[in-house]
Amino acid sequence: MSGSYYVPASSKWPILMVVVLAFLAIGAASSLSFGHGFGLFIAGLVGVFVMMFVWFRDVIHESRSGLYDAQMDRSFRMGMAWFIFSEIMFFAAFFGALFYIRVFALPWLDGEGAKGISALLWPDFSASWPLLKTPSDAFSGPVDVVDPWHLPLLNTLLLVGSSITLTIAHHGVKKDQRNKAKLWLFLTLILGFSFLIVQGIEYVEAYTRLGLTLQAGVYGGTFFLLTGFHGAHVTLGACVLTVMFVRLLRGHFSPRSHFGFEAASWYWHFVDVVWLGLFIFVYVV
Amino acid sequence: MTSNSYSSATEHAHEPQLRGLKRWLLTTNHKEIGTLYLIFSLTMFFIGGTMALVIRAELFQPGLQLVQPEFFNQMTTMHGLIMVFGAVMPAFVGLANWMVPLQIGAPDMALPRLNNFSFWLLPLAFSLLLSSLFMEGGGPNFGWTFYAPLSTTYAPPSTNFFILSIHLAGISSILGAINIIATILNMRTPAMKLMDMPLFVWTWLITAFLLLAVMPVLAGVVTMMLLDINFGTSFFNAAGGGDPVLFQHLFWFFGHPEVYIMILPAFGIASMIVPAFARKRLFGYRSMVYATASIAILSFVVWAHHMFTVGLPLAAQLFFMYATMLIAVPTGVKVFNWVATLFHGSISFEVPMLFTLAFIVQFTIGGLSGVMLAIVPADYQYHDTYFVVAHFHYVLVPGAVFAIIAGVYYWLPKWTGYYPDETLGRWHFWLSVIGVNLTFFPMHFSGLAGMPRRIPDYALQFADFNLLSSLGGFLFGLSQLLLVWVVVRCVRGGKPAPDNPWEGAEGLEWTVPSPAPLHTFSTPPEFIPERDSPSRA
Ligand SMILES: [Cu+2]
Repeated sequence: MSGSYYVPASSKWPILMVVVLAFLAIGAASSLSFGHGFGLFIAGLVGVFVMMFVWFRDVIHESRSGLYDAQMDRSFRMGMAWFIFSEIMFFAAFFGALFYIRVFALPWLDGEGAKGISALLWPDFSASWPLLKTPSDAFSGPVDVVDPWHLPLLNTLLLVGSSITLTIAHHGVKKDQRNKAKLWLFLTLILGFSFLIVQGIEYVEAYTRLGLTLQAGVYGGTFFLLTGFHGAHVTLGACVLTVMFVRLLRGHFSPRSHFGFEAASWYWHFVDVVWLGLFIFVYVV
Repeated sequence: MTSNSYSSATEHAHEPQLRGLKRWLLTTNHKEIGTLYLIFSLTMFFIGGTMALVIRAELFQPGLQLVQPEFFNQMTTMHGLIMVFGAVMPAFVGLANWMVPLQIGAPDMALPRLNNFSFWLLPLAFSLLLSSLFMEGGGPNFGWTFYAPLSTTYAPPSTNFFILSIHLAGISSILGAINIIATILNMRTPAMKLMDMPLFVWTWLITAFLLLAVMPVLAGVVTMMLLDINFGTSFFNAAGGGDPVLFQHLFWFFGHPEVYIMILPAFGIASMIVPAFARKRLFGYRSMVYATASIAILSFVVWAHHMFTVGLPLAAQLFFMYATMLIAVPTGVKVFNWVATLFHGSISFEVPMLFTLAFIVQFTIGGLSGVMLAIVPADYQYHDTYFVVAHFHYVLVPGAVFAIIAGVYYWLPKWTGYYPDETLGRWHFWLSVIGVNLTFFPMHFSGLAGMPRRIPDYALQFADFNLLSSLGGFLFGLSQLLLVWVVVRCVRGGKPAPDNPWEGAEGLEWTVPSPAPLHTFSTPPEFIPERDSPSRA
């Protein structure tokens, strides 16, 4: 039999995380439903980041003082891998919605198929994608859509490039070439934050010039749903990579023990793959 | 299954035990968290049950007596939400917390702090949900399936609270599932291979996978609702090019696997208890594992059987009909295996076994009405009637809930160190069986005769069936107070239980003392797979 198990000590951060999540949830719901409580929401949001910081700080500290064994390491790996699986399913729901709207819902609204009674609602409606003219005048579709071969193409290059630079940085960590790791991780961060800036410019253009808004019918909805949640994930991933950069500067990570770095890079590659799906199915096709 | 003697090497170097409220708020111990889950689930069971009794009281006779239709809608909605997300799911997670580490020889869950976080999200989620009942415009009133546009365009203002509470409960489930998978895959005692695991562990492994696959989809669909309600998108609004039917596709892509999330661990419990009280090895262990996995995989391709009347293309109806009927095959394998295990067994009828046998029979009734509902032309008649209500209550109450209760009676000696009172347990069992069947069996008939569900009033012809259902409902509900009484008594004392309180029970959980000390298996225990063990024929 191998040695004894390691069981982490109890911690006050999980329950405090629930408390700040309570602020966040009550604040969000109350401000959306009844128009007050936005401050509580912001307080909760800040609290969530603070709690993540202190909780992870403890874990990092325990890891660096050599408390964790190989089994604990495997638990972390499995935890992260299955968390990413659940994130994939989250995006799968949105991609599924996009395909359903494009392949089934709109043609049926146009009268296609044996049961096209929904075509009776708006007889003049004709299905198209991008949907520039919505069935009812209650919504107005976008004037134009984002040209995939300008900003989105640039963003594809930025994000794919950042996945490559991150892999080089990872190799640096593995081979204990710390300066190489720092340099390439720094490049990754520049590429990642550039992506976010370009995405921001694209959103401003969409709202000001193209009439492409959340309210612009189902095209606007799916566009911002998919790119918005992707952008939120990039933001989170970039923040985590920034933390990894700071840890690298402070001398953390060894060739054998750098799971924090590895988890962050798994997450970043996942975000990159989702973007490729977005580029093809939201922008190009 | 095992030849292990409990090692007393657990006493070393654990942090000092916290006291009072702090102990429960900060605990990372799988047994304490398991207890918290079970207490939470029982509380929700009574809150949701009270709502069911409001419904049954109103339906006792035709006409409107006690509540307004608006409030009735809130009761049907909240009853469903609370029982599904607050009672049944947390009960299984509680049992998993207690028993999975004990059954695989692990010292605790793989990620104990995450475990604490997962639990405490639940009281928050359900306080949020319940508080919406007292808000302007009332709580959720659109049915537990919250179909758009009832839940978007026509929803009460408090709907955002409902959405946030679903998000929180969903995060809890996802993190809990991650923890259970990591525990099962990573923390088993080295000699236990996957195909040696007790079936409760196997079914929970597969359930956790289902949770990770579909809870994010639920999060996605409520997020789209949130955007439709507050930010002017039109995902579920055909005026903007969306489709209310899209809501149903997304919801049931979550919703159908969700029913297996609530029944697979019940299969696991039955597969532990039947061999123990038949004093025989489980018939067809491997086929049980494969059947569970097949059910889980098939559960992803049957969701539209809930939507046969929304105007699906014929090809889709045929596909979903046959795929649904296919699930009867692995389910039949399971029932066959339980019966085959009983065959020529030396059966004794202690309370856990009584509940398990009732589970097998009554779950099968619910399964068979499910096959009826899978037939498209027949479903046109049954859809949205009390026949559907009868069907899913048979799989959930005399099905899943009975299995949970069986598990509680089976493992109580391990938790408390005392046997539950056998006489009171038998009373609880018989009153529950009579009550539950009196409640739900007549619903088959009122449903076939066309009584629509979720309506506070009904035509005179349904009066007799509803009277029976209401009497049965109150009988079943009140007899659950006996369960509380049995559990409280068992915690306080009773006939002391040895390490293995059941003559035929096998497994690592019976090698530790009763009651199980706070920390068990601080070193991996020895384990001999059942196939190599001489003790069971
Ligand atoms: Cu189903």
